[in-house]
Amino acid sequence: MSNFLSASIGRKVFMSLTGLFLISFLSLHLTLNLLLIFDDTGVLFNQAAYFMATNPMIKIMEPILALGFIIHIIWAGWITLDNMRARPQGYASGDQLLKWWAPSKNMFILGGMILVFLILHIFNFWVKLKITGDPLLSKPTGTGIEMHNTYELVKTLFVNFPLYDVLYVIGGILVGLHLSHGFWSAFQTIGLSNINWMKRLKCLANLIGIIFAVGFSAIPIYFLLKF
Amino acid sequence: MADKILNKIYVKVWRQNSAKAKGRFETYTVENISQGNSFLEMIDILNDQLILGGKDPIAFDHDCREGICGMCSLYINGHAHGPDTLVTTCQLHMRKFSEGQTITVEPWRVGAFPVIKDVMVDRTAFEKIQQAGGFVSVNTGGVPDGNTIPISQDDAEEAMDAAACIGCGACAATCKNSSAMLFLAAKVSQFAKLPQGQVEAKRRAKAMYAKMDELGFGGCTNTGACELACPKSISIAHIARLNREYLKAKIAD
Repeated sequence: MSNFLSASIGRKVFMSLTGLFLISFLSLHLTLNLLLIFDDTGVLFNQAAYFMATNPMIKIMEPILALGFIIHIIWAGWITLDNMRARPQGYASGDQLLKWWAPSKNMFILGGMILVFLILHIFNFWVKLKITGDPLLSKPTGTGIEMHNTYELVKTLFVNFPLYDVLYVIGGILVGLHLSHGFWSAFQTIGLSNINWMKRLKCLANLIGIIFAVGFSAIPIYFLLKF
Repeated sequence: MADKILNKIYVKVWRQNSAKAKGRFETYTVENISQGNSFLEMIDILNDQLILGGKDPIAFDHDCREGICGMCSLYINGHAHGPDTLVTTCQLHMRKFSEGQTITVEPWRVGAFPVIKDVMVDRTAFEKIQQAGGFVSVNTGGVPDGNTIPISQDDAEEAMDAAACIGCGACAATCKNSSAMLFLAAKVSQFAKLPQGQVEAKRRAKAMYAKMDELGFGGCTNTGACELACPKSISIAHIARLNREYLKAKIAD
């Protein structure tokens, strides 16, 4: 088993499985976030946020999710470093086969930029919700139950700070690009692909990439245009 | 129709006296090259020119010159085997180049393929991977009657597609991670699809994978560059099979 964990394939299996796990989290995250644009009173979103903050299953999943992120990030660095070592000297004429922007060639860079965004995102919301608190959170929610007014926190950020809207749109696009390769690549790595399924998975990966990019970007754009 | 003549082209080629020596690019002018010439014929003409000028000719690998032996290499203008598809360097023609063009010629840049001299690299690493498990060592008996082994046409075709690999190294040379996974996948697949090869499938996948890692090739990140560069168009779907074979073997351990 120990040689499996350090073998190139073993490490990639970690990337693949944590990646798929993170995609499942993102799907939930996007679904709940879209409630922001379907209910301008904020009641739906606040109830969803309250559910996420109080449900015991979610509480159990929270540290596992953090672990998923940490493994995915650390392993990415480890694998990339090793892969760079495999070519001590590069080509003077470069690589003319794949386009320079191809997500598959830039997964580490895209991932790194998503990490920067993630840190910003955590400071914008998670830190305020869980640690420091924010006066906006104590505004009445109109639900009858005492809960954080998370909707107000999101709305204020997106309406008052256009710079954040731009950053969140970029963040959404980065995630979309990352997944347009990551999704099918994860299946390829664990061997769940063949000549027929590869085409389907690639197609699905592009679709997923577009859904996440458009879905996440739509939220700041909506707040900017509507309010 | 007669082939067009390229009056003048510039060949910027990597020169390195020995494995340990420090290399450098040198640019040579080559005149009157027919576009009907193959790329290696152009190098031959350049080498004649160098020899007549009292210089050391460029050392490069080549053998059959018809795209089946896997001996030729060269990374030309940012493409393994040059800017044409489904050909090896020996099948590349000068019609792919234009008048006055500078053609950059580099050796495969793979840590596990050290340069021997100039643009010639040592691809023994591929032999080592093959020797780690790319064979059938069980007794398969004498020559059976035709069609006595039931095997579907699809499986036979897929095994043959994988077996088309000539081991030239373009996959590893093109891969941004210098990964030998397409080579490895082809060698595992050509056996995995056939009954004689299935007997040792587990041992084969594990041993060849371990050898590839040991030799310092990078890992696969599924960019798909290898299958585009492969002169035999071997599909990266074989890589999925390789991973499946390996993981099945590991889970069973």
